[in-house]
Amino acid sequence: MQMRKTTLIAGVLAVASMIGTQSAFSASHMKKYTIENDAINTSLTGKPGDAAKGRKLAVNRKKGNCLACHVISDLKDQPFHGNVGPSLDGVADRYTEGELRLRVVNPKFFHSGSIMPAFYKKSGLNRVIKKFKDKTILTAQEVEDVVAYLKTLK
Amino acid sequence: MKNVKSKRGWKLTSIALGSTLMVGAMAIEVIAKDWGSHEVDGRRSGYTYMTDETRAVQDDNFENPGMLWVENGEALWSKAGANGKSCASCHADPEKDMKGVMPAYPKFDKRTGKMISLEQMVNRELVEKMGEKAEKFDSKKMLSLMTYIGNISKGMPVNVKIDGPAKPFFEKGKAFYYQRRGQLDLACSNCHEDNPGKQIRANTLSEGQINGFPTYRLKWQKPGSVHRRFRGCNKNVRAKPYKAGSDEYVNLELFVKWHGRGLPVETPAVRN
Ligand code: HEC
Ligand code: HEC
Ligand code: HEC
Repeated sequence: MQMRKTTLIAGVLAVASMIGTQSAFSASHMKKYTIENDAINTSLTGKPGDAAKGRKLAVNRKKGNCLACHVISDLKDQPFHGNVGPSLDGVADRYTEGELRLRVVNPKFFHSGSIMPAFYKKSGLNRVIKKFKDKTILTAQEVEDVVAYLKTLK
Repeated sequence: MKNVKSKRGWKLTSIALGSTLMVGAMAIEVIAKDWGSHEVDGRRSGYTYMTDETRAVQDDNFENPGMLWVENGEALWSKAGANGKSCASCHADPEKDMKGVMPAYPKFDKRTGKMISLEQMVNRELVEKMGEKAEKFDSKKMLSLMTYIGNISKGMPVNVKIDGPAKPFFEKGKAFYYQRRGQLDLACSNCHEDNPGKQIRANTLSEGQINGFPTYRLKWQKPGSVHRRFRGCNKNVRAKPYKAGSDEYVNLELFVKWHGRGLPVETPAVRN
């Protein structure tokens, strides 16, 4: 048993260094979440999000930058909305809070070929630049803020 | 003066969509622009994704600021190196000798057993045949020579060899192109194959073709090399870039050049 376990870990490490990712073990400081019925139904932090902060994160090019790919009419004061993804207008009518949370945390759950980044993921990535290594794009609380903002898009 | 300004107009194309799911066939009319030589079998040069204003600057040899770099390269051609020789000593008729060179690089290099990019070839000439030092890919001298050599082939179709000894390098470049990377976890293909024509914030995504390189960047007020562009696109997804001239980028360049096979050389293309 002991032998097999060791081999397995060595195998994982070899793959990780081969493709240049951070090791799978760095996920330890991540908030745990459970996916149930295609949704993450509880807040990652146990606290509610702040929609006003979420609105700013959606604009911020160094953070959510949701505008890079989505039109959001509520943000029409901002120039340049991308159209790589669908408009997020009315997205709260289409999805529950839990469904929205999973879409921000890891949209690849629904569609592995998605261009949309997983905003709360840090393992299994390739050649991440030092400054962002072992970091998620958004913190757990920022995810909650963005989700709170998405909930206002009715 | 070579000016390959193409005749562009609008054409009405009708596409018939037949589908077993649809009752019968539905004809939709789409307005598709006729891009002339800038489009080959559905592959479109970055030129076609630019604004009319930027295209006009590229098309006008007097307005195109890249042409100054072509002239600078032309002047450097007969400038003697440390051993007294210049490019012109051995390539007396560059308009003829260098014609078709840009569209064919990167090439397989027997000496090193791997691909060699045109910058690397120029460096080899500078060092071995003129006693000069190797230039950085984005040095003034290199960009001038590259822009000049590229411009000599303006209008010729991009045509790299990917078979024979080039095959394994092509495959590596291809794997790079489809490999997701960086914190944003994106592959070149996610943007340039899946979404050309779409807006990504303020930018219109193109197919990421390299037939116009070195391209003159209006925002930098100077031309930039292919590898500088690769570095920029890697950094934008928060991925560790490779060095200009790295094997990884030379192989990627081979794949990307093939991706735009048949597109005309447009050096110096003008980009925002
Ligand atoms: C690089 C482009 C890109 C970025 C950046 C991006 N998205 Fe997306 N998003 C997409 C695409 C494409 C889809 C369509 C589904 C898919 O392909 O995954 C999508 C789908 C969605 C959906 C589901 C919409 C629907 O109607 O089905 C939501 C919600 C969403 N995104 C939220 C966000 C938020 C919030 C952000 C910023 C924190 C963001 N996206 C950033 C590309 C992006
Ligand atoms: C001493 C003579 C000599 C000088 C000086 C010289 N070259 Fe060359 N060059 C050659 C010869 C001979 C070849 C072909 C054989 C080879 O690959 O070395 C060649 C090949 C090339 C090629 C490859 C062409 C192809 O079809 O792949 C390029 C590009 C080139 N030279 C550019 C330059 C430039 C630019 C300079 C000046 C910086 C220069 N050369 C200076 C002799 C010279
Ligand atoms: C997040 C989306 C994105 C990704 C991923 C991306 N690029 Fe780009 N790239 C851009 C944007 C935006 C531009 C500037 C507008 C344009 O030409 O598309 C650009 C421009 C280019 C250009 C210049 C095209 C021209 O005509 O001047 C090349 C070449 C290029 N990219 C190659 C690559 C390669 C190779 C990769 C993978 C290593 C890559 N890009 C990954 C967004 C991206």
